[in-house]
Amino acid sequence: MKVFCNGQEQELTPGARVTDCLNTLGLDPLSVVVECDGKILTREEYASHELQDGSVLELIRFVGGG
Amino acid sequence: MLLVNENEVSFQAGMTLADLVRAQGDDVDILLVNGYPATLQTVLSDGDQCWLWKRGKTPSAEEMQHLLYARHSPGVQRLLQGKMVGIMGLGGLGSVVAIALARMGIGALLLADYDVVEPTNLNRQQYFVDQVGQKKTAALRDILQRVNPHVGVTVIDQRLIEDDIGVLFKNVHALVECFDDPAMKAAGLRAVLQHLPGVFYVCASGLAGYGDNNAIRTRRLYSGVYLVGDEVSAAAPGEGLMAARVGIAAHHQANQVVRLLLGAENEAAE
Repeated sequence: MKVFCNGQEQELTPGARVTDCLNTLGLDPLSVVVECDGKILTREEYASHELQDGSVLELIRFVGGG
Repeated sequence: MLLVNENEVSFQAGMTLADLVRAQGDDVDILLVNGYPATLQTVLSDGDQCWLWKRGKTPSAEEMQHLLYARHSPGVQRLLQGKMVGIMGLGGLGSVVAIALARMGIGALLLADYDVVEPTNLNRQQYFVDQVGQKKTAALRDILQRVNPHVGVTVIDQRLIEDDIGVLFKNVHALVECFDDPAMKAAGLRAVLQHLPGVFYVCASGLAGYGDNNAIRTRRLYSGVYLVGDEVSAAAPGEGLMAARVGIAAHHQANQVVRLLLGAENEAAE
């Protein structure tokens, strides 16, 4: 199935969770804020939220330093 | 009517600053009109705010407050004075943001950090050698007191966690994320989007090293929510945090807070 991450198409296996998507992209789930189909996900939902074909994800990734 | 050192003085057409200085009977050499340096020949308009001062004279506490704010554009100061800003993390970003906001005359700051000042902080953070070992909250409060004693400073001396942010900062007008740890940066944004819908938020990501100045930018994420940085330059071995570039990002953050508090986002066509 296909999802859209920050506008880019991403191929994922059906049933993939948000964490799977982030791992595929090489992103550390701890440092990313995820909006999925217009909803901001809680930390707990990263592992449980199942993506659908056509899901639209906005990923805001943070790098360290302050 | 004119305001001269915050006192009302009647206005007459054609008046110059020289007329005011004569009327005050004072020996003055610093002249400001509406927050901008002026000369004795400056012709005044009705409603002008004037400051006349003698260089080196020690002001009273009340005069000090007026003088600290004399260089602000009229109206801006009064708006900022009524606002409270929270700052999460008092390192290279947070210490700079706090001082900038204090100099601009913010009404109140709510400052959070759990750490103490370390010698390795002094390459970019606004603390002094004689403050090593002090809590950052206490050390920064002392610095702010010396910069502008009229800012109300409240400190939160604990390690923040995601679940606390929505509670601890529920009364601020704007919140600035100045954490070092990327997991806390993500936690801060999540907490604000979920629990603080009416609070302006300015976070930061990507400011290490000495890369391009102009790669640091301020990007709108959501209404009232902005991200500062190049979004790439992580602090890492070989790419340390350096005073200048961290300072660029911190001042982006401080200016964005001021813009939001003064209503710039509403004016922008979005």
